[in-house]
Amino acid sequence: MSRIMLEVNGITTKYITRFKENVYAVDHVSLKVEEGKSLGIAGESGCGKSTLALSLMGYYFPPLYYTSGEIIIDGLNITGMNPDEVRKSILGTEIAYIPQSAMNALNPTQKIIRFIEDVIHAHDPYATKKEIYDLASSRFETLGLPAQVLQKYPVELSGGMKQRTVIATSVILSPKVLIADEPSSALDVTSQKKVIKMLRDLMETGIIKSMIFITHELPLLYNVTDDIMVMYAGQIVEKASAEQAVFDPIHPYAKGLMGAIIVPEKGLRDVKLTAIPGVPPNLKNPPEGCRFAERCKYVMPECKVMKVGLREGGESRAYRCIFSEEELREAYQDA
Amino acid sequence: MPSEMKPLLSASGLTKVFGYGRQKTLAVDHVDLKLYEGEVITIVGESGSGKTTLSKLLLGLINPTEGEIYFQGKERDISTYKKKLEYWKNIQAIFQDPYSSYNIFHKIDAVLLDCIRMRGSGKLHYKEKVRIMTEACSFVNLKFEELTNKYPFELSGGQMQRLMIARIFLLDPKILLADEITSMIDACSRATILDMLMQLRDEIGMTVIFITHDVGLAYYVSDKIYIMKHGKFVESGPPDQVILNPKEAYTKRLISDVPKIYEEWDLSTV
Repeated sequence: MSRIMLEVNGITTKYITRFKENVYAVDHVSLKVEEGKSLGIAGESGCGKSTLALSLMGYYFPPLYYTSGEIIIDGLNITGMNPDEVRKSILGTEIAYIPQSAMNALNPTQKIIRFIEDVIHAHDPYATKKEIYDLASSRFETLGLPAQVLQKYPVELSGGMKQRTVIATSVILSPKVLIADEPSSALDVTSQKKVIKMLRDLMETGIIKSMIFITHELPLLYNVTDDIMVMYAGQIVEKASAEQAVFDPIHPYAKGLMGAIIVPEKGLRDVKLTAIPGVPPNLKNPPEGCRFAERCKYVMPECKVMKVGLREGGESRAYRCIFSEEELREAYQDA
Repeated sequence: MPSEMKPLLSASGLTKVFGYGRQKTLAVDHVDLKLYEGEVITIVGESGSGKTTLSKLLLGLINPTEGEIYFQGKERDISTYKKKLEYWKNIQAIFQDPYSSYNIFHKIDAVLLDCIRMRGSGKLHYKEKVRIMTEACSFVNLKFEELTNKYPFELSGGQMQRLMIARIFLLDPKILLADEITSMIDACSRATILDMLMQLRDEIGMTVIFITHDVGLAYYVSDKIYIMKHGKFVESGPPDQVILNPKEAYTKRLISDVPKIYEEWDLSTV
């Protein structure tokens, strides 16, 4: 078994609203990412994907608060660390984060190289300009970005180029784990492909050791990651390999998500897209039983009252349902 | 489409030039377009290919530099504001960004009441108006009781976009122009929204023009696809022909850029 780069045990984080209500946006999530592997997180908007990404960094700021659980990055437990220390020694070097609108991170009045100097100086105040320039230009060259970009202002770059610049900058200190939160959803398909190619290059050249990729586009996840985790209302509802999650999902919610896939391939026009009716529950007071029960096609009265845990199913698979895999498959057959 | 049918909306030699002299940009370059009643067409292109300019021309938001637009067989006349309003009763649009489609100072009721006034039911009793609004909201799977007295920012992106469709349901235009309506919302709400548009088409016979960069979406919804590049249509035809057997190199590239699940996605060609 290869080294585990990121291990998360039962992380729970909450938002405190201005009315002092607790909203548990991430509820007992556990995951493991091995060296050289990538994990995809799928789910609707508002299911806690992005909050999970923020929680994994161990850097919390209001209204997000840490509640319980632990995060271990390559053997180093970062839970309970002081935020300043996390910022100084963890962010950027151990774990890096690319938000959805990463390109807005660039300062319009400064050249790209100044932005990179800022990032490096936060960790090593004595680095010289020459060192930084050499490091940045060689890194940019490896990732297929021309070194001239470093001397440009953000307005001179296109959206896709800006996004790739920010990605290249966030991995400048070779973090062990990279969290990419919808890095390509604001881009058109051609730029998206370039971003994905870059992320794959990062993994192949070993600049980053493992990756967590968050998106709602399942065809994209299937092409990028090794494993897929489906989230619903702050909980994991299914964990499987990319192949299994797309073609053979167990959980009814994962199954529903697969019904909404659009790809320009033969056979798409013959099937009707099926959307999952309804909206996710309000996490201020989540339902006692299964959180998906309200919208589930195969719902039974006991679903709404029984507590559901994550069940193991086959090799490294897990799903959250009170029914067994066989029972669910039978239900799908009948429908 | 049967040949004896008259096109509902058609354009010939439509051109839009931005700038003067050396900085001239041909955004839309002699485009011909025919749209029949009940048809769903999709215009696919990359960013900067002129899709949105074309949609603005069709909507009458900007004037063409050259070329004519015919609506219901007659040349479109929007020379005065009154005529423009009359035209907009027939053609309505939904835009890409639901977050900036609403006036942030107006409550959701105001948006819907506006539509009711526009379709000429402004003098009805308030109770009757509520009934109409409830009906429109339930068409898009929203509950009016939950929306009333709320401001747009209290809704999610998917809900806002659905409310836009509720507006369309109230206004009942002949043509709907949907400009990248699903690019900012997640995959699950996307399926819901497409379903609703198709339902609108089937129930009230609306004609829909989709504008998108998503080839998969175009393949799924349309009766006819136009591929646009640098302001020109480079390929057009029924979806099975354009998407499954593309002829132009540009179309092939667009299709190869989209991640697929049954075929290998070739990342080496970027």
